[in-house]
Amino acid sequence: MRFQRKHILGLGELSAEEIKLILDTAESMKEVSERDVKKVPALKGVTVVNLFFEPSTRTRSSFEIAEKRLSADVLNFTPAQSSVVKGETLLDTARNLEAMGASVIVIRHSMSGAPWLLARELSASIINAGDGSHEHPSQALLDLFTVREIKKEIRGLKVLIVGDIAHSRVARSNIWGFVKLGAEVRLVGPPTMIPRDIEKLDVSVFYNLEEAIRDVDVVMMLRIQKERQESGLFPSLREYSKFYGLTRDKLKLAKDDVIVMHPGPINRGIELSSEVADDVHSVILDQVANGIAVRMAMLYLVASAGGTE
Amino acid sequence: MKIIIKGGRIIDPSQEMDTVGNVLIENGVIKGFPSDIRGLEKEPGVRVIDATGKVVSPGFVDLHVHLREPGFEHKETIRTGCEAAAAGGFTSVVCMPNTNPVNDNASVTEYILLKARTQGMVNVFPVGAITKGQRGEILAEIGEMWEAGCVAVSDDGRPVMNSRVMRHAMEYVKAFGIPVISHAEDINLSANGVMNEGFYSTVLGLRGIPNASEEVMVARDITLAELTGAHLHIAHVSTRGSVRLIRDAKERGIRVTAEATPHHFTLTDKAVLDYDTNAKVNPPLRSEEDVEAIKEGLRDGTIDVIATDHAPHSEDEKKVEFDLAPFGISGLETALPLSLKLVKDGVLTLPELIKKLTLNPARIIGIQKGTLRVGSAADVVVFDTDRVVKVDRYRFRSKGKNTPFHGWELSGCVIYTIVGGKIVYSHNVCCF
Repeated sequence: MRFQRKHILGLGELSAEEIKLILDTAESMKEVSERDVKKVPALKGVTVVNLFFEPSTRTRSSFEIAEKRLSADVLNFTPAQSSVVKGETLLDTARNLEAMGASVIVIRHSMSGAPWLLARELSASIINAGDGSHEHPSQALLDLFTVREIKKEIRGLKVLIVGDIAHSRVARSNIWGFVKLGAEVRLVGPPTMIPRDIEKLDVSVFYNLEEAIRDVDVVMMLRIQKERQESGLFPSLREYSKFYGLTRDKLKLAKDDVIVMHPGPINRGIELSSEVADDVHSVILDQVANGIAVRMAMLYLVASAGGTE
Repeated sequence: MKIIIKGGRIIDPSQEMDTVGNVLIENGVIKGFPSDIRGLEKEPGVRVIDATGKVVSPGFVDLHVHLREPGFEHKETIRTGCEAAAAGGFTSVVCMPNTNPVNDNASVTEYILLKARTQGMVNVFPVGAITKGQRGEILAEIGEMWEAGCVAVSDDGRPVMNSRVMRHAMEYVKAFGIPVISHAEDINLSANGVMNEGFYSTVLGLRGIPNASEEVMVARDITLAELTGAHLHIAHVSTRGSVRLIRDAKERGIRVTAEATPHHFTLTDKAVLDYDTNAKVNPPLRSEEDVEAIKEGLRDGTIDVIATDHAPHSEDEKKVEFDLAPFGISGLETALPLSLKLVKDGVLTLPELIKKLTLNPARIIGIQKGTLRVGSAADVVVFDTDRVVKVDRYRFRSKGKNTPFHGWELSGCVIYTIVGGKIVYSHNVCCF
């Protein structure tokens, strides 16, 4: 199978085969990362722009390392708050970058759908590095990669996602990915943070963590944002942590070989107790390491799919 | 100057007329329906329009448009908005007050009417604001605006959240006999939402506006109409719950009327997939069940009127992130063919449809329009129900090209629009 897509915008539109192809490609990329000289010439002469409208350390650095390992020319464009105030539109900013020769644009934006706008209007390949509450495909792909590496097979696994599902792009992308690859996906969180009709994506919804966590193979914790408390979705971090924070006791209800994931950055003591974050079950740092290989695979596949010059 | 429209199917619900015949227009008014026109046709200077196979009806009355002038002339002007109306078969439009400055005093009303008289080719009836600056706090000078020509009041686009203010508005307008038009939306419940709350908002990660946001305000305003005895008109009904509340209120004898837009009875929130900002509208496109309930409301008379909520915006304003795009659909030029689908689908008969586009809206605001009665101003539309037209937004007369119907093939085409005996639009492709 050959990868045909010019853009990677979300897991919602990828088929199971396409997801597997990206994961398989990431395996060979991981091998590159383990060499002494961690560099291949695959994207030599290709200009990649990291267009990050939202602060991000992990994802941006990870993309940048991935791009450099593929020998791409990299430009990090982080529009200052002022240029947005000056009134340049997203489309104009991106068109300027394209005029400078960018053939791949990696975009992170606080508003859902922003990468779709660029994909529709520009000729560059677009990789979504997280849009609003919508999708975060590179995160979900690295999560899938990490789980597959440890558990060998995703089909049949019980995966639990905990927290603010409504506002989480990580949750949405992972739901698409795990469901497409045959896992059983459970969601748990306060009812104010479970979005309408999410069950239609073939997931089961719980409001009680002790009940939801029983016999699961994977627990994926989401970061809780303090603004959500101000908008009235839950009364206090203290109460949130009591009902939806992951502790060693609650983790005992899962399978013995359960793994604990978190997209970072962690709020220690809130969604995860410190002991769990540093536990043997925690694969949080493996996730970060695998992120580079997965992003290399994404960049390589869109660039070689004929989308660029 | 005489015009004879001959051989068309004349449908005028105000006279319960549905017959094949001729319409004679003389000096700008409807002169009669002569059966023998052989002599007339030969008179010099008589314009004869052959309407054989076409429908001839009163010009349509749109209870809900945004002409954007003054203040937002880059989106639309009174001139271009009226041209779009004429192209859509509308001979009278009722324009909302959310201009800049807001139409909240008689001088703005007079400005709009002056512009309309000098540059507009259709009749323009302004709606005054309920409150000063549409801020929902202090009543605007409704009496003076009424004297200047306002036919209703509304804070369209910015609902009156304070129930006491709304109560006083409903009481106050009774002195002038005009309706209060309610844009029913609880802005705390919509909470900066950008589309319907449901499966698609979940998948797209966009903030949803629940049906309840409309329904709690419909319920509130019906309650206040019951309290005050005022005439309440609910704008752009979009949910099944609202239809139920209005039906129930009507059964209980409360003075409430309602309108629905073509986009709300044609599209669902699925149209937003791919983040199409041309499908971003407020109230949002809802679910299949809501669409069905609106059709049922149109069928059983709960919804009296089809209005467009014509909301033109410039291309640049819509070519942005979904969250940043303004709400609104440019609706005047697609309303007839979209509405004719209701006839094709058996929801309404053609005379029933025409009634909701002519007599009913005219009655709600108490204007002598929407009729072909002898002696009334000759506002007439001639249209073909079967001609298939492909919607091309770039050919809209409106400055607003923002439509989700671009490329759709629809049956129904306006052939002539006549206002006060003057032909203001003729379909140039299919002239005979």
